[in-house]
This record gives sequence, C-alpha cells and structure tokens, in this order.
Amino acid sequence: MILATMIAIPLAAQDGAPPAPYAYRQLDDPAQEAVAQELMETLRCLKCQSQSIADSDASMAGDMRHQVRIRIAAGDSPEEIRRWLMDRYGDYVSYEPVMSATTWPLFAIPALLVVIAGLLFWRRFRRRA
Amino acid sequence: MIAEIGLAALWLAAALAVLQLLGGVLALRGGTTSDIAALTRPAAILQGGLVAVSFGALLYVFAITDLSVKLVAMNSHTLKPLIFKLSGAWGNHEGSMLLWVTVMALAGALIAGIERRLPERTMQATLAAQGFVALGFYAFLLLSSNPFERLAQPAVEGLGLNPLLQDIGLALHPPTLYFGYVGLSVAFSFAVGALVTKQVTPAFARAMRPWILGAWVFLTLGITAGSYWAYYELGWGGYWFWDPVENASLMPWLAATALLHSASVLASRDALRVWTIMLGVVAFSMSMLGTFLVRSGILTSVHAFAVDPERGSFILFLLALYIGGALLLFALRAGAISEGERFSVASREGALVVNNVMLSAILAVVLLGTLYPLLTEAFDVRVSVGPPYFNPVGAVFTFPMLAVMAVGPLLRWRRDGFGRQTKELALIGALLLSGLILFALLFGMAILPLLGLSMAIALAVASFLPLKGRKLRRVPIETWGMVIAHFGIAVALFGMASESAFSTEKLAALEEGGTTQVGPWSVQLQAVEPVAGPNWTALSGRMTVAYDGGEPSEITPQSRNFWAPPQQTTESVLVTRWNGQLYAVMGGDSNDGRWQLRLWWKPFVTFIWYGGLLIALGGVLALVGRVRKDLKRRFVKRRGAERRTEMEELA
Repeated sequence: MILATMIAIPLAAQDGAPPAPYAYRQLDDPAQEAVAQELMETLRCLKCQSQSIADSDASMAGDMRHQVRIRIAAGDSPEEIRRWLMDRYGDYVSYEPVMSATTWPLFAIPALLVVIAGLLFWRRFRRRA
Repeated sequence: MIAEIGLAALWLAAALAVLQLLGGVLALRGGTTSDIAALTRPAAILQGGLVAVSFGALLYVFAITDLSVKLVAMNSHTLKPLIFKLSGAWGNHEGSMLLWVTVMALAGALIAGIERRLPERTMQATLAAQGFVALGFYAFLLLSSNPFERLAQPAVEGLGLNPLLQDIGLALHPPTLYFGYVGLSVAFSFAVGALVTKQVTPAFARAMRPWILGAWVFLTLGITAGSYWAYYELGWGGYWFWDPVENASLMPWLAATALLHSASVLASRDALRVWTIMLGVVAFSMSMLGTFLVRSGILTSVHAFAVDPERGSFILFLLALYIGGALLLFALRAGAISEGERFSVASREGALVVNNVMLSAILAVVLLGTLYPLLTEAFDVRVSVGPPYFNPVGAVFTFPMLAVMAVGPLLRWRRDGFGRQTKELALIGALLLSGLILFALLFGMAILPLLGLSMAIALAVASFLPLKGRKLRRVPIETWGMVIAHFGIAVALFGMASESAFSTEKLAALEEGGTTQVGPWSVQLQAVEPVAGPNWTALSGRMTVAYDGGEPSEITPQSRNFWAPPQQTTESVLVTRWNGQLYAVMGGDSNDGRWQLRLWWKPFVTFIWYGGLLIALGGVLALVGRVRKDLKRRFVKRRGAERRTEMEELA
C-alpha cells in the first residue's frame, strides 16, 4: 500500500517536471517489454484526442507508461494493472472492450447486423436456390 | 475592398441558388419548356463563377495578410511562408466552409453545363436538389460564419496558426476530402432527381458514376494523405487511431465504395435500383455527418476550429433537414421503383450484393463506434471505443468481404456456377491456406496480422486473374482500373498486417557518440545542435544510420518549439527502403547528459500508402475509361444527327 502511494506521486507531477524514468525507456527484458507495450496500446491517454499512452508525448501519458513498465517488471499481470488504473480513472482509461451495462449495444448491434445481413441474402436468393 | 467584393459575390451566389431551386421546382410542375426552367442551368453556371470570385478574394486577403479582416488576424501571421498563408485560408472554420461551397458550386456549374444524357425533367429536379443543398451552406456561411468579417480596429499582428497544421499536408488534405464530400453531394442530387421523377435507369447510373468515381478517388487520396500525415507528424509511428475525425472521412469512403459498385451494376445490368438510390442518400449523409463531427466542435482536436455551439446546432439542423428530407422522400418513393433485373447468387451481381452488404455493415460498425461514446457522454457515462474494438469487430465483416472480392470479378453477370472457375478458386484457396500455415509456423503471430498477410497475398494474385486469357491490349481501361484498385487493397492490407506483425521499437538514451540498434539498423548519435527557423527554434540530433552494416547515411530529426502560438512538435525523419522505413524521433535530454531517441523499424509499412495510391489510380483509370466512352458516344450521336440532317436536306 505504501509502495502504491509512493509510485502514485509521479502521476500528480506537474507538466515541466522531468519525465519519469521509464516513460521513455524500455524494460531490459524484451518479453516483459512486449507485454507492457501490448498493455500500453490499449490504455487511453486521458489528455489527448484518441491516442493510447503508447503514442503520446503528454507528460501524463509518460507517467502512465512508467507505471505500466515498473509494475510489469515487478511481476504484476497486465489485467491487474488495467484494473488498478480503471479504479483510479474510471473505465474511460481502457480501450479494451468490456461487455457491461453501459457498453452492451456495442456488441449487440454488430451481432444484429450479422443476422440482418444473413436475412438479406436469404430473402434475396432463396427464390432461385 | 477585395473582402467586400468577396462577400457581395457570396450573397449574389446565394440568390442564384434560390433561383436555381425555384426554376427546377417550377419546371417539374409546369413543364421543362417554360421561361423559368430555361434559367435553371444558367443560374447554376453563374453561381459557380461568383463563388469562385469569392474564394479568390479570400485567397487574396490571406496572401497580402490583410489584418483588418478578422479571419486573417485570427489565423495568419506576417512571418509565415506564402504557401502556408494561402493554405491557412482554408485551415480554419470559415475558410474551409467557403472552400466547401466553392467546390460545390463549381460542380453544380459543371453538371448544368455538360450533362445532357438524362431526361430534362430529371435534370431540373437534380439541379433543384443541388441548389437546395447549396442554399443551406450559403445560409450557414453568411449568417453564422462570415469569412470576410472586418475588425473595427485592424490587428497589429496575426495570432498565427497551429504549428501542427503548418505543413504541406494541410495544404492538400482538407481540399481533397472536400472534393470527395462534394462529389457525393452531386451523386445525392442525382439520386434525388431520379427519385422525384421515378427515372432510376441505367442512364441515371451512368450520369452519376463519374461523380462517385471522382469523389471516391479524392476521398481515397485524402484518407491516404491524412494517414501518412498523422504517421510522420505525430511522432509515434501510428498511422490510424480510429479517431472520430478519421472515421468521419472513412465512413463516406465506405459508403462511396458500396455506391460505386452498386451504380456499376445498375449501369450495366439495370439491377439494384433501390440499393443504389439508398446508398446515394447514405453516402451524402455520411459526408454531412463528417462535416458535422469535424466542424461543430463536438470533438476537441486540432480539427475542430469552431468551438461554438451556435454553429454546431446550425450544422445539426442542416444535417437533419437534408438527411431527414432525403430519407422521407426515399420512404415515400422507394415503393414506386421496381427492383430491376434479377440474378442468381453465383453471379457477379450476387458477389457485388455481398460486397455492398458487408461494406454497409462495416460502415454501421464504424458509425456505432464513433457515435456511441458521444451518446453516452450526454448521459455522463464516458466510454472509450478504440482500436481494440474497431479492429476485431471490423475484421468480422472485412475478411469475408475480401474473400468475395477475390472471387467476384471472375464470375459472369446474371448467372454463373462456381464450377467454371475451379482452377482459379483452388489457386486462391491454396494461397490463402498456405499463407496461414506458413506465417503461423514461422512467426507465430496474432490472428489479425496472420489473416491479413495471407489474405493480402491471395488477393494480390486473385486481383489479376480477371485478365487471364484476355488480350491485354484489348482490355478496357476501366477493367484495368478495377484490377489495379483491387490489387491496391491487397497491397495496403499487406502493409498494415506487416506493420502490426513485424515492427520493432527502440527507446534509447544516448550520449553524443553513442550507438544503438533497432532491427537491422545501427544508429549513432553524432551531435545535438540548436537550430532556428523563421518562427521556431529546435534541437536537432545529427545521427548516422546504417542498414545491416551497409553504407551509413546522415539524418537530423528535430524537436521543435514554435513561439506563435507556443507549442512543441517533433520533426521525425523517415529513412525509406523498398522493404520498409526507419522512423527516428529526437526526444529531450534525460538529465544525465544523455539524449532520448525513439526509433522504429517498420518493415513494408510504406505499402499501406502505396496501396492507397494504387486504389486511387484504379479509380482514375476507371473514370478515364468511362468518360472516354461517354465522349465517344456523344461524338457518334452528333455525327448520326448530322448525317440525318444531311440526308433530309438531300431528300
């Protein structure tokens, strides 16, 4: 818990402060870096327009990259980190589509589209089948 | 004075749009031979000239940086290079809307001047619809976004322009998209004209097709250029973010692609009449929606210059009026239009129907993903919809469509069996399957890039199969257009899949003289030097880079600071080889005497944009082929008429 509060401090850092160490530095273990990269690409930069934290120069995105990398290095699973960030910043921070009370139409409508497309084809061609 | 002339021309043009609308409507009621009906075409042509004068006036005040004009004072600066002063004329809300009406009025003038294939009643209805749409935009410009507004006190210096937009990309990107949007508005006017007079005929499809093709080519180029611009300007190597503004250009493209294929079926087979009309309405709706999303300020980004709710409501009102009106008309009239010729599932029309339905489904997914977060935000629930949603959900519809696209052009019109093409089908299937197995075993990549790479290879071969067994010199230009556009899709798909599967990233902190490695490239930081430009200062990193131990070359990416207004940008450097790009970005110093570098090696990433260019080239070839055929037909018709009069005189 103390550790969590300590590493949370950079998140509150003002613009202009030097970037956190792992904002622009990769993890030494390529496998861990790949996991971190994959996670970063699905986390939203909260200060940008439709960019993930992996594509942004905003200082907050840098701090979040730092968090993701040191937590991956410490052995946390990507889903634990995502959960931790979502608890702090809300579901908005994650691009990963999750079915929930607020997002179900995003999945229901494409499924409906498949059905409609199927029906269209069936109606159109059944007379000559 | 020049600004006032521009404004006056705009008011006159609006008045002519009213005349055009009235003339068209009266012609529909009182017959096409009345005096008023004779005015419709000249009104459209004169209107085009007036709006061109107005746009010329705007360019002029930007060129001389007339700081008594509010728009210039807000968006320009005397220190800017001339090219960016000129492109700044449309790099803002008012100017871009004036550009829109300019293109629209010129297109209206063109159809009024040359289009004589359709029945005059349909043409009058088309021009009336065109005048009606234009009128809304004139009202918007004149009432809430006057580009020529003067300041009571001329400004001492302009406020400058967003440095991110001070780029040649800006000079080209919005106009190309606007040409596309406006082309679709012409297609829409034709669709309305045909609906009103119930003349949904192959001739109508042939009259509409060049406009769809032209719009589609411009949209393709606009999207390709916009994507490349984001790629090199934003400095992180991403080329598509599923940003609402990008989606705003993609949605009309998807609709136009479907419309294009549907209109082709109508033109050559007299089938899919209702589909074609509906897609015409949808395509224009998507351009209006795109304009609304980008221009209303509902999204906060460099694209949303106008953060002004009044304008937003105005565009929303126009959107509701045109789309609602068109859909209502469609609902009232569609029943009166018969379906047209019928065909079996295993035919080229059948494949094109699949293509249309799939494109419409992809369009619906993009629309949903774009609007849904805006909708929930209205209820204070913030949802993020991004690449992890769009990529897989879009792929569900894209890959089946691509498979049909590989096979469709091999089929005959009306009725065909798959038996006739067993060899070709087996070849495509074998390529796809061996690609899947080979790439999965060799690289163990994720499912989407794996499918993408294999499909791209199968599709690349399949796109040339329609030429098999034909004399290449006899193949019509428009068929070449199809082949090249389909091949372009394969090329772009290959680039995307390869970028996602094989990119390597390196973030390095180097001292001057230090070296690092990214993929096959070795990079040495020679020195970091300060540089100054006309309105910025920069840190420039001089590096030598060598591919696979080869000849080294020097690059100097910069981290720039603009001062009017203050903003930091990265000037990345791209080293292009045939098999990919090295992407180098200069970062800041890391407080220990070292400098941060961001480096990527992206194999075959350039194929994404080569593909886009090929697709556009295919569209141009198809357009040239169609227009040439039309000119030839006109020539033959004229000769025939001359012959006939000669014969009559002789007799």
